[in-house]
Amino acid sequence: MFTWFHKLASPPYFYKFAQYVAPWTGWISLILLAIGLYGGLWLAPPDYQQGDAFRIIYIHVPSAWMSMFGYSFMAIAAGIGLIWRMKLASAVAAASAPLGASFTFLALVTGSLWGKPMWGTYWVWDARLTSELILLFLYFGFMALNQAFSEQRTGDRASAILALVGLVNLPIIHYSVEWWNTLHQGPTVFVGTHSDISMGMLVPLLVMISAFMLYSVTFVMKRLQFEILRRERNTTWIKELL
Amino acid sequence: MKSWHEFLTMGGYAVYVWPSYAIAAAVMIVNAWLPGRHLRRLLKELKQRAQEQQP
Repeated sequence: MFTWFHKLASPPYFYKFAQYVAPWTGWISLILLAIGLYGGLWLAPPDYQQGDAFRIIYIHVPSAWMSMFGYSFMAIAAGIGLIWRMKLASAVAAASAPLGASFTFLALVTGSLWGKPMWGTYWVWDARLTSELILLFLYFGFMALNQAFSEQRTGDRASAILALVGLVNLPIIHYSVEWWNTLHQGPTVFVGTHSDISMGMLVPLLVMISAFMLYSVTFVMKRLQFEILRRERNTTWIKELL
Repeated sequence: MKSWHEFLTMGGYAVYVWPSYAIAAAVMIVNAWLPGRHLRRLLKELKQRAQEQQP
C-alpha cells in the first residue's frame, strides 16, 4: 500500500494514472449530473416560502461547497509542496486553482441571481458575500503569483504562502451566517444531524454535490497532466513518452 | 413539476433560475474543454521539438 502511494507521487507514474482515472470519474459525474438535475428541477416539490426560485440551490450550494473544499485542497497541496518540496504536490495545487476559482465565481453569480427575487437585491456587502468574494480574489492571487516568476519553484513557494495565509478565510465564510446578522439564510444541510430540508429536496442536492466533486476530480486530473508535462518537459521520461 | 409550462416558467422565477443554470453550464463546459486543448497543444509542441533535436 505504502509503496503504491510512493509510486503514485512520482510524476511519470501519476501522469499515466491520471490518464486512466479521468474518463471514469468524468462519465460517472455526467450520469450523476443528469440524475441530480432531473431530481432537482423536475421531481422536487417547490419550496413553501420560495416557490421554484429555491431550485437555484442545486447549483449554488454545490458550487459554494466546491469553492471552499477546492481551496482547502489547493492550500494543503501547496503547503506539502512548500514544506516537503514535493514536486507533484505543487503541480496539484496549480492544477486545482482555476477550477476552484470557477466554482467561486459560480457561487457568487448564482447567489446573486437568487438574492434578487428573495432579498430584493443582487448584492449586499454582508459577511457571507464579502468573504466569498475575498475567496475569489485569493484564487486569482494564487494563480497570478504562481505564474509570476521565470523559475517555477519560486512561483510555487510564493503562491503556497499566500494560499496558507488565505486559509484563515475559510472558517470566516463558514461561520459568517452565525457570527453576523446577514441576509444570507443559515445552513440547510448538517452532516450527521437532522437537516432542515425534506428528503425529496435533499437527495438531489447530495447527488449534485457528488457530481460536482467527480467533475472536479476529472478536470483537475486533466490539468495536472498538462502541469506535469510542462514542468518535466526536459526530463528523459517525457522524451521516451513522445 | 406538473407540466412543461410550469417547468419552463419556474413558477414565475424563470428569469432567475434559467440564467443561473445557463451560466453554470457555460462555465463547466469551458472548464471541461480547455484542459484537453492545452494538453494536446503542449504534446504537439513537445513532439515537434523532439523531432527537431534528433534529425
